[in-house]
Amino acid sequence: MTGAATMELTRRALLQGAAATVVALAPGVTLLLGPAPSEARAPGTPVSAKTRWGLLVDVSRYAEVADTVVEACRTENGWTGHGRPLTDPQWVRNVTLNDPRTGAVRTLPVMCQHCEHPPCVDVCPTGASFRRADGVVLVDKHICIGCRYCMMACPFGVRFFVHENVTGQKPHAPRGKGTVESCTLCVHRLDAGRRPACVEAAERKSPGAMIFGDLNDPNSEIARAVGRHVALRLRADLGLDQGVFYKGLNG
Amino acid sequence: MTAAARIEFREHPGWGRGFLTLAGALGLLVLGGLGGAHVMESEGHWVTGMSNRIVWGTPHVFAVFLIVAASGALNVASISSVFGRELYKPLARLSGVLAVSLLAGGLAVLVLDLGRPDRLIVAMTVYNFKSIFAWNIFLYTGFFAVVIVYLWMMMEKRMNRFSKPVGTFAFLWRLVLTTGTGSIFGFLVARQAYDTAVMAPMFIAMSLAFGHAIFLLVVMAASAGTGRPLGDEVVRRLKNLLGIFLAATLYFVAVQHLTNLYIAERQGVERFLLAEGGIYTWLFWVGHVGIGCLVPIALVFAPATASSRGAAGLAAVLAVVGGIAQIYVIIIGGQAYPLVLVPGMEAAGSVLDAGIAPYVPSVYEIALGLGGVGLALLLATIAIKVLPVLPESLADVPAK
Repeated sequence: MTGAATMELTRRALLQGAAATVVALAPGVTLLLGPAPSEARAPGTPVSAKTRWGLLVDVSRYAEVADTVVEACRTENGWTGHGRPLTDPQWVRNVTLNDPRTGAVRTLPVMCQHCEHPPCVDVCPTGASFRRADGVVLVDKHICIGCRYCMMACPFGVRFFVHENVTGQKPHAPRGKGTVESCTLCVHRLDAGRRPACVEAAERKSPGAMIFGDLNDPNSEIARAVGRHVALRLRADLGLDQGVFYKGLNG
Repeated sequence: MTAAARIEFREHPGWGRGFLTLAGALGLLVLGGLGGAHVMESEGHWVTGMSNRIVWGTPHVFAVFLIVAASGALNVASISSVFGRELYKPLARLSGVLAVSLLAGGLAVLVLDLGRPDRLIVAMTVYNFKSIFAWNIFLYTGFFAVVIVYLWMMMEKRMNRFSKPVGTFAFLWRLVLTTGTGSIFGFLVARQAYDTAVMAPMFIAMSLAFGHAIFLLVVMAASAGTGRPLGDEVVRRLKNLLGIFLAATLYFVAVQHLTNLYIAERQGVERFLLAEGGIYTWLFWVGHVGIGCLVPIALVFAPATASSRGAAGLAAVLAVVGGIAQIYVIIIGGQAYPLVLVPGMEAAGSVLDAGIAPYVPSVYEIALGLGGVGLALLLATIAIKVLPVLPESLADVPAK
């Protein structure tokens, strides 16, 4: 592919997108720009509860972008492993679900589900686990004591204890041995008016496989898609009101 | 029996070889624990058996066991002060001392297993009051304060008249404390092995049994070690109570598992723990139910062994061993079973989702856990040495 650099979605390009736009990058190569999630938040402006960030995964198409999504997250946030799958972090991981009755198989990404009622936040003794007004669930690395109670409480196994020394950290995604971490929904990008790295990467490969936006905005693509399709959430029985939806999980 | 008989409490005089050997051995355990914690903190937890699936490992087993036992070690003081049983009055001080020392040992393990133990001050100053963990920080530190004041009321003659109200307060506090410890697991809605209110009373029953077993062993060892006579009646009462507490523990364990077996979505985890879980199934049936409960209950009540002091000691040892097995099954076994992301679907593709999580405790974890046991017993030993904790005699007083 020519002009790989131009594949990078710039903030300007995103802010321009009031509606979906198709950009021709090269003959036969097009880029679909989804609507921008929001304007960049001005420094000092508090996060507003008017926004509820959400993510919709089209499970029927996800397999095409599965590896791309994980790699994009790893590159963006700088989490690397040591070849030890049980202790290495995996802010987003690909899970294959198999229906033992029918043999049907689904692959889906599992990452922090950014719950409205997050159990990890409830149990954290110091308040290091917290939920931003716009629905993003984060860990304050400065007051996390590494008790791991949030990992016990999370129904999705998406929190990771940093088991060893870290190198190659990204300034926007600080990590620390002995503390807990998880998907931040690329909060640094959201605050700059951009979308999460996984969504952009998936968009480039299979437009619409992952849709990101404001669930509270009835005109947003995600709100319309969630309203139009049967979009399920993991462990919906727990009533946690997650921000991550899965379309096509049930067939 | 003369209720009004004056009890002479006395510290243990001299620095005999026995005391120094015991203190030295326990000190080595503590040093081993500090060494284990040092490796875990400097290398990171990857050197342990813990992982992102088994997030709480062997240190938590020891920590929870010691904390639960701390509450139960106060039994004898409570029976003496709150329920007015004079027979237990000579042992009440030791009961309080052991409660404090066991809690100190358990908390030391818990803190040293944190990812950032250097941030203890954060845990003590920044609270999320919705967290049962945060409540427990108050319950634990409060327990220290309440029991130390209680000991003061018992040991200072002018304050003796307050020992009943303060003892009653301590009794209620320890019930709440163990409710809090059980609720750490009871409030975990995500995992089928936990998430049940019966955890709270079950932990109270466990605390009564484990703490009482340790107390009985410490009384026997302390009386032998300090050359003070120990009457058969005291041992008989203590070991009978141990049998009752163990039966209560079994009752709550049965309720927990029967309830889960009735709930269809929990039959998987129950099948794992009770039938197909390998080491966890063995530890449950043989370790906890058999060695930890049924055998000691038989030892203390069966006519052939009921009057044997050796059998009483053995029953207490088995109760401790079985108790550790039980907590191992609860903590490690409960985590080993995979999370259910979509009910009815089986997960594959990632070791974080598929199958039973592997776990083998590392030497560092075991060292840290045993270090906590060492610290608890070292503190109790020093207290017996330097404070008037033990009476000069625990011999039976003939009834008049």
